[in-house]
Amino acid sequence: MTVVKSFFASRWGIISAGVFVGVFAPLLQKWGNPGNMGICVACMERDIAGALGLHRAALVQYIRPEIVAFVLGAFIAALLFREFKPRGGSSPILRFFLGFFAMVGALVFLGCPWRALLRLAGGDGNAILGLAGLTAGIWVGVLFLKSGYTLGRATKVKSFSGWVFPIAMVALLVLLLVAPQFGRTPEGAPTGPIFFSSKGPGSQHAPILISLLVGLGVGFLAQRTRLCTMGAIRDVILIKNTHLLSGILGIAGAAFIMNFILGQFKAGFANQPIAHTDHLWNFMGMSLSGLAFALAGGCPGRQLFLSGEGDGDAAIFATGMIVGAGFSHNFTMASSAAGPGAYGPIAVIIGLIFCIVVGFTMRERMA
Amino acid sequence: MADKIDARGLSCPQPVILTNRKIKEMGKGLFEILVDTDTSRENISRLAQQTGWEIEVKKLDEDYCLVLRKD
Repeated sequence: MTVVKSFFASRWGIISAGVFVGVFAPLLQKWGNPGNMGICVACMERDIAGALGLHRAALVQYIRPEIVAFVLGAFIAALLFREFKPRGGSSPILRFFLGFFAMVGALVFLGCPWRALLRLAGGDGNAILGLAGLTAGIWVGVLFLKSGYTLGRATKVKSFSGWVFPIAMVALLVLLLVAPQFGRTPEGAPTGPIFFSSKGPGSQHAPILISLLVGLGVGFLAQRTRLCTMGAIRDVILIKNTHLLSGILGIAGAAFIMNFILGQFKAGFANQPIAHTDHLWNFMGMSLSGLAFALAGGCPGRQLFLSGEGDGDAAIFATGMIVGAGFSHNFTMASSAAGPGAYGPIAVIIGLIFCIVVGFTMRERMA
Repeated sequence: MADKIDARGLSCPQPVILTNRKIKEMGKGLFEILVDTDTSRENISRLAQQTGWEIEVKKLDEDYCLVLRKD
C-alpha cells in the first residue's frame, strides 16, 4: 500500500492520472458524449441541473453518470487509503456562492478548466482565451492568498455528514436509471420531474456503464494524485512548483494525441462544438471562474473529489455550482454557440465584484 | 523550543503558504507545522524538498506533525 501511495504522490503518478483523463475524455466523445465534452465538470453539472428541472433549457438536460462516478471513485479511494475524513464549517455560505459564480463564469465561456484543455486539444482556438482568463483569475486569487486571505478552519464533523454527498450521488444514479415521469402536461402527457434532452448536447451521451467506469477511474486516480487544474496554475505562480502542472499537461498532451488518432482534431476558432468566438467574454467568463476556484481552493473536479473524501465545504461548493447552472439558464446568463447570453456579461461583472469583496473582507492580519 | 504553526483545518494551499512564509522568514533553523490531511503533508514535503529543508513526518492520532530543519 505504501508503494502504491508514494507512486500516486510522485510526478509520474499525477502524470498518469492526467493521461488517463486525456485518453478517456476523447474516447467518451467517440462513444457518444458531445464535442470536446468527453469530460466537463461544469457542463455535466449543468446537464444534471436541467435533468432535475432546475432549468428548462431543453437541449442540455441529462443526469451525467460521470459526475456521480467522480464522487464515488474518490469516495472509494479515500476509504481504501484511510483518507475519508468528514469535515466542514469553513465559511459554507461563501463557498456556496463562490461555486454559484464559478458556474456562471464557466457557462459564459462554456466549459470548466478541464474542458478548456480538452477544447484546446481538439483544436478550438477559443480555449486559449479561456485559459488566459483562467490564469488571470487565479493570479488575482494568489494576490489575495498572499495577503492573508482565508475562509477559516474546517473542523472534524460526525461521520454521516461526510456520507451525505456520496449518497446523494447514488440517488442521482437511481434517478438516471428510473427516470420517473409522474408529472403531467396540461394535455395530460407524462412529463418530469426528470427531464432528458431528445436533441442537442444533452441527448448525446456514452453508454451509462462506460461513463460510470471511466468516471470511477478518474475519481479514484484524481483523489490519490490531487489532480487540480486551478492548483496547477496557482502553484506555478505562488511557489514556482510544477508538480500539479505536470498532471494537466498530461491531460492536454494525451487528449491532443487521442483526438488526432480518432479524427476529432479540427483547428480554428469558428464553428467549434459548443463554443462561441466572443474573445472578450471567453476571457472574462473564465477569469471569474478562475478567481472563484482560487478563493475556494480547487477547480470543479477537485471539489467533487474532496466531496468524496468527506469534505462538506467542497460539497457545498459543488451544490452551489449546480444551483448556479439553474440560474444561468433561467436568467439568460449562459452562452450558446451564437455568443454570450443577454445577461451573461453583467452576471460576470457582479460575480467578479462578489469575489473581490470576499477576497478583501476574508483576510486575517498576518502574524 | 521550536516554533510551531498550527495549519489544521486550513484548506489548500494555506498550509503551504504558511510554511513558505516561515521558510523565507527564518532562512535556516528548525520549526514544526501541524496539519490534518495527507494532501497538506505531501504538499509541504514537496515544498521542503524544493527549498532544501529536511523534513521529518511524525504521525499523531489524527494529524501529522512535520518537523522542518535546515542547518
